[in-house]
Amino acid sequence: MPTIQSIAGQLEPHPDVALVERVRGGDDAAYDTLVRKYERQLFRIAQHITQNREDAEDVMQDAFLKAYEKLDQFQGNSKFYTWLVRIAVNESLMRLRKRRTGKMVPIDEDIETDEGSVPRDLADWAPNPEQNYNQAELAEILRKTIQGLPPGFRIVFVLRDVEGLSTEETAETLGLSIPAVKSRLLRARLQLRERLSRYFHKEKGVGK
Amino acid sequence: MTCKEFLALLDDLIDNTATADMRSELQTHLGRCGHCEVVFNTTRKTIEIYRSHEIYDLPTGLRERLHDAIMARCKKGC
Repeated sequence: MPTIQSIAGQLEPHPDVALVERVRGGDDAAYDTLVRKYERQLFRIAQHITQNREDAEDVMQDAFLKAYEKLDQFQGNSKFYTWLVRIAVNESLMRLRKRRTGKMVPIDEDIETDEGSVPRDLADWAPNPEQNYNQAELAEILRKTIQGLPPGFRIVFVLRDVEGLSTEETAETLGLSIPAVKSRLLRARLQLRERLSRYFHKEKGVGK
Repeated sequence: MTCKEFLALLDDLIDNTATADMRSELQTHLGRCGHCEVVFNTTRKTIEIYRSHEIYDLPTGLRERLHDAIMARCKKGC
């Protein structure tokens, strides 16, 4: 989980700012440190958006190269990590569009759902339900479940809840309004919860 | 507060962004509605599970290969 503190209004600048300054001064080893620090997160985001391993590898590589190239455009008033994520999200969406031969990715599509309605599956979960599955099984369940979400919901959930971006940062990264991010996040969380219930249900979950 | 109203504010409770008054109303509803309590607890658990489990791992070999490629191209000035 990224634990970057906000730079604005703080006396101590974030350590990333010092690393960026060193890279600007020609110290490539400092960029190496930034790559290692955020490669895992960028790969994960790219994989969640493109849902294709090859594309995710390319996106990760291209995003770091583009960030290096555009480092002069990075303003210290935003977090380096958020700036990097924005580049990776754009690269991922471009890759998706290419793969879908020009068809727009419905990231800003307004999907009609029963917002505000009471969820159907109200059965409680077993205590620590994830322990009923081994690591590989659990990862498969989590992948399958999140892949079933509409892309616009999935990306918001990943940025907010998995990668730890704020609502404002998520909105800015995706070019969405804050109410749109909030609405998508709630729907994403509820849909994931409902879908996971079939695996983690008190009776069904036990003994797999 | 109805279940529908509770659900619309669920994220404020989860993300701790509810005002003190709102929070107290939400807690009161939770205390008397078993269904919403299940939704609240399992939604929180859903987030926790996704946060704490790596579902797209970057294998070391691939990591090194990509890393070398990035650094080689950066050194060449991209």
